[in-house]
Amino acid sequence: MTPRFNPGERVRVLDKFTAGHVRTPRYIRGKRGVVERICGEFRKPEELAYGRYAGEREPLYRVRFAQCEVWPDYVGAAEDTLDVEIYEHWLEKTEDKR
Amino acid sequence: MSLEHARYDRNAELLERAFRELLVERGVVSDAAVDAGVEFMYTRTPALGARVVARAWFDPGFKARLLEDGSAAVGELGIEVRSLKLVVVENTPMLHNLIVCTLCSCYPRMLLGLPPDWYKSLEYRSRAIREPRAVLAEFGLHLPAGMTVRVHDSTADMRYLVLPMRPEETDSLSEAECAMLVTRDAMIGVARVDSLKNVL
Repeated sequence: MTPRFNPGERVRVLDKFTAGHVRTPRYIRGKRGVVERICGEFRKPEELAYGRYAGEREPLYRVRFAQCEVWPDYVGAAEDTLDVEIYEHWLEKTEDKR
Repeated sequence: MSLEHARYDRNAELLERAFRELLVERGVVSDAAVDAGVEFMYTRTPALGARVVARAWFDPGFKARLLEDGSAAVGELGIEVRSLKLVVVENTPMLHNLIVCTLCSCYPRMLLGLPPDWYKSLEYRSRAIREPRAVLAEFGLHLPAGMTVRVHDSTADMRYLVLPMRPEETDSLSEAECAMLVTRDAMIGVARVDSLKNVL
């Protein structure tokens, strides 16, 4: 699978609710960040958790978020960041500079 | 530990035992394989991570490869990492890194052994991402306002190791001596590596 996003691109984490096992923390859903690096291809945790190993591998990214984007009342420096690993099917492109 | 937590731990222990006995009974794993796995984990200690850090302090080429591809570089030292996908993040005078796993307790066990209990606590996991500076201050690490804090949440397949700064006044030390200064907490990012005069 060719990665859909490149390092430096702005992305938004999908703000959706899914039942069952996921590895996308609730606090980061809907937040915007920048792709820091492509980590390689891995199986979806949503499938692995239920013993399904046959699924395709998909790109995993490290996405860097400004802390003040994640927590509007964040106490700390404006430059402080939070890096989170997100699978491609949880990301969409965004132009929003916020 | 609260009573509720203690009860939860007891349940987890019973569940683990029941599950393991079933797997052995059905021939999926053997008792010997389980014992070998446990024994292997006990060979993993923070001394392995400390060796990696000290090598990076002494060998700029190794450091560059370590930051580029952590797993491959650690393999150069003959340390067995199995399926570890290691990302090494470097502290500088302007930047401090902190590792957490908000969803469970992901940790670079191949290099640091089992995580400390506080690393797995709900309190550390929820506060490290929300108010890292306050958490670090409680560990005794007061960062200047001008220093950037970068928190890494190991949510998926990567595992993280902080490359701490080499303390001053260690020029006369050998690589092996420097490795002895590197603590587990410094490689998680909740401490600095103390200079020799503070250790002695």
